[in-house]
Amino acid sequence: MTGRVRTLLRAAWRAYGLRTRRRRHLWRSFRSRRALQVVKDRSSAIRRGDILCFMTVRNEQLRLPHFLDHHRKLGVRHFLIVDNDSTDGTRDYLVAQPDVSLWHTRASYKLSRFGLDWVTWLQMRHAHGHWTLTLDADELLIYPYWQTRPLPALTGWLEEQGLEAMGTMMLDLYPDGPLSAAQIGPGDDPLSVLRWFDPGNYAVQVQERMGNLWIQGGPRGRLFFADDPRRAPTLNKIPLVRWNRRYAYVNSTHAILPPRLNRVYATDGGEQISGLLLHTKFLPEIIGKSTEEKARKQHFANSALYDSYYDTVISDPVLRCPQSERLGGWRRLEALGLMSRGGWV
Amino acid sequence: MTVGFVMLCHTALGRAAQVARHWAERGCPVVIHVDRRVAAKPYGDLVQELSDLPNVRFSGRHACEWGTWGIVAASQEAATVMLREFAEVRHVYLASGSCLPLRPVEELRAYLDERPKTDFIESVTTEDVGWTIGGLDFERFTLRFPFSWRKQRWWFDTYVKLQRMVGYRRKIPAELVPHLGSQWWCLTRRTLSAILEHPERAKIDRYFQKVWIPDESYFQTLVRQVSGSVESRSLTLSKFDFQGKPHIFYDDHLQLLRRSDCFVARKIWPDAVRLYGAFLSDDRSRQAAAEPNPGKIDRLFAKAVERRVKGRPGLYMQSRFPKENFENGRTAGPYSVFSGFADVFENFEIWLSKASGTRVHGHLFAPDRVHFAGGESVYNGALSDSAKVRDYNPKSFLTSLIWNTRGERQCFQFGPADTQELNWFMSLDGNAQISVISGAWAVPLFHSNRNFGDIRREAARLQKIEQEFLNVLRAPYAKARVRIWSLADFVENPMEPLQTIIDEIGPRQGRRLTEAPRMADLTGFGQFLQNLRNQGMQPVLMGDFPVGDDPATRSTRRGRPYLVK
Repeated sequence: MTGRVRTLLRAAWRAYGLRTRRRRHLWRSFRSRRALQVVKDRSSAIRRGDILCFMTVRNEQLRLPHFLDHHRKLGVRHFLIVDNDSTDGTRDYLVAQPDVSLWHTRASYKLSRFGLDWVTWLQMRHAHGHWTLTLDADELLIYPYWQTRPLPALTGWLEEQGLEAMGTMMLDLYPDGPLSAAQIGPGDDPLSVLRWFDPGNYAVQVQERMGNLWIQGGPRGRLFFADDPRRAPTLNKIPLVRWNRRYAYVNSTHAILPPRLNRVYATDGGEQISGLLLHTKFLPEIIGKSTEEKARKQHFANSALYDSYYDTVISDPVLRCPQSERLGGWRRLEALGLMSRGGWV
Repeated sequence: MTVGFVMLCHTALGRAAQVARHWAERGCPVVIHVDRRVAAKPYGDLVQELSDLPNVRFSGRHACEWGTWGIVAASQEAATVMLREFAEVRHVYLASGSCLPLRPVEELRAYLDERPKTDFIESVTTEDVGWTIGGLDFERFTLRFPFSWRKQRWWFDTYVKLQRMVGYRRKIPAELVPHLGSQWWCLTRRTLSAILEHPERAKIDRYFQKVWIPDESYFQTLVRQVSGSVESRSLTLSKFDFQGKPHIFYDDHLQLLRRSDCFVARKIWPDAVRLYGAFLSDDRSRQAAAEPNPGKIDRLFAKAVERRVKGRPGLYMQSRFPKENFENGRTAGPYSVFSGFADVFENFEIWLSKASGTRVHGHLFAPDRVHFAGGESVYNGALSDSAKVRDYNPKSFLTSLIWNTRGERQCFQFGPADTQELNWFMSLDGNAQISVISGAWAVPLFHSNRNFGDIRREAARLQKIEQEFLNVLRAPYAKARVRIWSLADFVENPMEPLQTIIDEIGPRQGRRLTEAPRMADLTGFGQFLQNLRNQGMQPVLMGDFPVGDDPATRSTRRGRPYLVK
């Protein structure tokens, strides 16, 4: 009996801690509003039930046209974007888009919890009650039936099922040869050169505190972090959430508070629905960007530990191995166990 | 004579209007009921939109919350309007606003004309239904349900429990025999009017108002009293998921819906442009007048339920991470673990690979690296051979390997020098076939050229580890197929155990082993063990090797000693 009481007390204490943490994140986000300057606010065009997309970008001109196109086709109605001081024309391009609201900041990416404070603030203001996608510019969301059923079909079904969020995994895509060979122009489909992925090289565990999964592996785990797998990038994300202004992402979109939202996976042996974020990180520009990021030290909490990672990327490696698989349709990805239709027919 | 449609609508009124127009323009009267909770504006728009059609009526509005009496009341009232206003109607078809006709109206009319007295309504006794939600079947009729299941679940459950506790039972009136079934029916005028004009209707209605989900039982029960010819099936194709929620049909279901040969399907996603376009157009290729056959597409839905409820065994991913013992199989398929065999036999892996026709790994859990078959550095699924990556999450490593090689049995070597973290996992895994020659780790020590002090220390360490491994394998709740021999027993008669193991692995059944693996030289092994004893270590796992009585010299020669004919 006392053991049970102790467990309950511990759970209550933990819940209280997480609640405090969530509120702290919300407070930080609220305060970070001053860092954002409106460039173009078209948010008055948002209608009830619209699906929104939030993100922070920095020098993503190469990917943005295709990114916007992909998610527009899926049914995203409005993009709310924070431009962290791009210098490559990203800003002008986004301002010209009819369905984009743009904010600008010069503040530190790292000190704003990697852009999360800014995005959380925008979500508090604009996302309440909407199905919300929170993405990076190098992520393309796909899910079962995505070519025939737009996002409103998915979110309608999720709601019917009583689900508030859908989990995904980032699928790192890479080119056939060395990274530098996969040249594309702005607006081109990155998937035309990034066509390979690791079909079954993912380690999964649960993080007890918030109940979120922790998936690592893929080509980065295999090649860049083979000596220190704990540091390998986290691949699970929860990008699609029916938002409430009291929600807050904790660590990128890997985990979210309140913790019940992290339960996007079935624990009874069944399968819940899930999607994939096709990760188009490994375009040739990553080599130049890595040089810059290594100096800028804005991407990891403990940046020095990632120097060798940057060095490897800068050395223009080949990520493909004989066991790599060529990207096919979602049914193939589902058969490989990389995503699941859950109970959606 | 024709068929009239009663439509119960609450959302996507635009689509409902489209379907109503389709039916009405083809000579089928339509009576529409719109949920009272729909605002005045959209309701007014709907009425306006259909105002040009002479054979469309609107009936008095009720609030239709799921599982409540409102739906029955709405159906009754709309059906009454239908029978009163349209004398030419012989069959009344109950549909919803999210229904879509799959076959031309003329085909339905012809089908019903051939069966003028048949009532199509799924009506099954409570003992025979397997699909009731919440475990309530007969109790639906004997308890009271004043609380909403969706909105007041706690009160609902508590009130049910309370009634069970005090033994409360309602009396079922008027000799009714409770039946359940899909709420979408097609009844004849004669049957429907008999139900609506039932002499005891007031009493029966009062009773059903407190029954749970009366729309699945009111008509289904009464039809048994008044109809002469019940065909117990619904003409409407509608599929339910494991929670009892209706599956929604999308554009990509077009072929599937065609194949079903059903007359009407529900429910359709309102934005399924292709479906509405295809099925509401007139220029549809006429199919043979087939019997509706929803069974043709059942498999797909059964598979979906299984995927949702049971999942794919051995898969761990972002939307499936079963708690321990809820896995429905910890791994994706059977695999074989060999402990000690590679120590006793020379080139055991090569031999096993030939004998079993599979690829055979070395020590997957070796401390230096993962010894994949063929010395590969990256294996199926792009698994890395890094020991650090493997040891970071060994369970993921093994389950991924087995998952990535589905359909191809995995065999690997194991031993006390390897990482032992998965011992419990494998022991509790019904897919594991674990064969152990206990004490075999002493053979390489025996052959090694190390200082005897080191050998003694190492022997003590390995023995301790293997003893723990054996304890795990012998746990009463172990699920793996475990075989353990002591080294002494095994070398006495190695072929029989090998044959048994190979038979179990064997894709080619009944193959006799013709070539035996070559056994390591055990001359002097008994003396070696005695030396260990003399040094104060107690080797126990290898069984009884008397000094001087070398099994290798006694029962075998070097070479290929025991060919089985």
